[in-house]
Amino acid sequence: MVAKSTGPSRSALRWLGVAAAPAALAFGFFWAGGWFSPNRVTQNRLMAELHDAGSYGHGFRRAHAKGVCVTGRFDASGAAASVSKAAIFREQSVPVVGRFALGAGQPYVADNPATVRSMALRFMPKDAPEWRAAMNDPPVLPLRDAQDVSDFFSSQRLDPATGKPDPARIRAFGATHPWLKAAAEKNAHRVVSSGFADDTYHSLDSFLLVAENGTKTAVRWAMVPMQPVAPADAATAGRDHLFQRLIADLHDHPLQWRMVLTVAGPHDAVNDPSQSWAQDDRTIEAGTLTLDTVESEDGGPCTGFTFDPLILPPGIIPSDDPILQLRSGAYMRSFALRSGEKRGPSAITPAMTQAPAAESEKKS
Amino acid sequence: MTPAPSFSPVARVLHWLMAVMILSMLFIGLFMASSVGPGYHRLVSLHRPLGIAILVLALLRLTYRLRHAPPPLPDDLPAVLKLAAKGSHILLYALMIALPLVGWGMLSAGGYPIPLWGNGVLLPPILPHNPAVWSWLRSAHTVLAFTLFGLVLVHIGAALFHGLIRRDAVLESMTHRKRSE
Ligand code: HEM
Ligand code: HEM
Ligand code: HEM
Repeated sequence: MVAKSTGPSRSALRWLGVAAAPAALAFGFFWAGGWFSPNRVTQNRLMAELHDAGSYGHGFRRAHAKGVCVTGRFDASGAAASVSKAAIFREQSVPVVGRFALGAGQPYVADNPATVRSMALRFMPKDAPEWRAAMNDPPVLPLRDAQDVSDFFSSQRLDPATGKPDPARIRAFGATHPWLKAAAEKNAHRVVSSGFADDTYHSLDSFLLVAENGTKTAVRWAMVPMQPVAPADAATAGRDHLFQRLIADLHDHPLQWRMVLTVAGPHDAVNDPSQSWAQDDRTIEAGTLTLDTVESEDGGPCTGFTFDPLILPPGIIPSDDPILQLRSGAYMRSFALRSGEKRGPSAITPAMTQAPAAESEKKS
Repeated sequence: MTPAPSFSPVARVLHWLMAVMILSMLFIGLFMASSVGPGYHRLVSLHRPLGIAILVLALLRLTYRLRHAPPPLPDDLPAVLKLAAKGSHILLYALMIALPLVGWGMLSAGGYPIPLWGNGVLLPPILPHNPAVWSWLRSAHTVLAFTLFGLVLVHIGAALFHGLIRRDAVLESMTHRKRSE
């Protein structure tokens, strides 16, 4: 049935027609995948930048690699129930699985109070979708958007000669990102607490709470310790002393934090985590977190999950803070990579989390 | 000259509706998985329900297809091309069903809640929590999506080959109510 009447040039045109549509689609497909946008910040690029900045990989989290699992509960005060319909703000004894970690990407790094510390939580009400939250201890995030994040991690790239980031690159990052100066200085001058138990952990990113009647309220929150706060002690020694202290504390008594929501005032930047909020913002005491058991990550309940900050229950929605989306994508990629890798033992082993660690005596 | 039978209106509507949906999904998927930009969360939130809609439609379409034979391919089509057409159609059906199941299954194994609508309506997990399975299926989702895309490109090329080069009635059988012989 091939048409005999067509001359060679018409038939060439027809073949072109056959090839053009699939070719155009393939082109569009590669465009969507970022092949023609080398400057796009992608999940893979972030993972590569973390790797070059010393993240260990091999089955461990690409960031916050050294940690322990904890469990406990959250008891709402009820005070936040008027601004959010989330079950967590109404209920008592909501089961919580959490993780304390150091912000570094190296699972065997020596504990140092100056390293960013983190608390990640899964709130699991029985009758409502769960909420995952991941918080850090500095008061503000000196990064504004995806480009800042990528620039920052590349500035941390380890120099093969020294095994350390190149100070010139770090200075250059500061010089080319003047809008982050205030946030970086605020973090540099923060009071560093003695350990995990007396630390305050911040959401840093902003979220919107949704009330029963649909009203939206922009908030950030913090977990404020109910334990007395002591400044970091320069004399503490031992590779794992921060974790050992946490383990000993948890075997001795439950640890508690107040969840304090800060409501955005009229001049507070909701879409920019590098901007601190006003000092006189309204706060809401949403409830109390109580943690009472601790387990190693090896076989522990916090390992096979990622604390993606966009896993939110009804009553909490993302704000237009761009770092949230970036984190969601990065955590998913990190989780997929590490779950497919063979993993060595964690620094904090099951033996260490069992009894009030005999180890902790060594340090004094 | 009697008009040769076309695909039924049901088959044609399903075909074109799903063609648009699947192409959109491939673009959305590829774009979101290579971006962390401001649209990321919205795209992922669209990707899940659209993928599940494709799964439901594909199952309906397969049931319909098993009960309604398609119009025959032209008699003079070489046997190997007939076989290729048949085989590729089976593979297309398989992927239209497998890809959303893998997407759903991987999030189940990864311990993710799987919101279908807003963040209140969740899909139940279809696999037990198992991080290794999550990681494996996440890769499989990519490989299967790329396979589907490659197959769709060949499929479109083949349809245009029928329409522009062979100029037989195959393309019309999917575009027109009745096709002329
Ligand atoms: C700015 C860009 C950021 C990037 C690229 C990033 C990246 C990552 C990655 C890849 C992980 C490992 C996830 C996993 O494998 O499960 C992680 C963990 C974590 N991140 Fe971030 N992060 C960022 C910002 C933040 C911020 C602003 C906070 C806190 C407010 C935060 C808190 C945490 C915590 C607490 C964990 C540990 C979760 C756990 O213990 O499992 N991150 N981050
Ligand atoms: C016909 C249906 C579907 C198609 C064509 C499709 C296609 C894709 C593609 C092309 C990607 C990007 C892969 C990559 O570049 O690595 C992707 C990623 C993904 N898909 Fe699907 N998908 C489908 C159904 C689903 C369903 C039903 C779900 C979940 C319920 C799902 C969840 C995901 C997730 C979570 C990702 C990863 C996103 C990320 O890495 O940031 N997909 N999909
Ligand atoms: C994502 C895109 C597409 C998918 C998944 C798809 C899938 C399919 C499937 C499964 C069949 C077999 C129908 C059956 O036997 O029940 C079919 C037939 C057909 N498709 Fe598509 N299709 C797509 C796009 C297109 C496009 C863009 C065209 C036109 C340029 C097209 C033209 C045709 C034609 C002409 C047939 C009939 C083949 C025959 O008579 O055996 N399709 N398609």
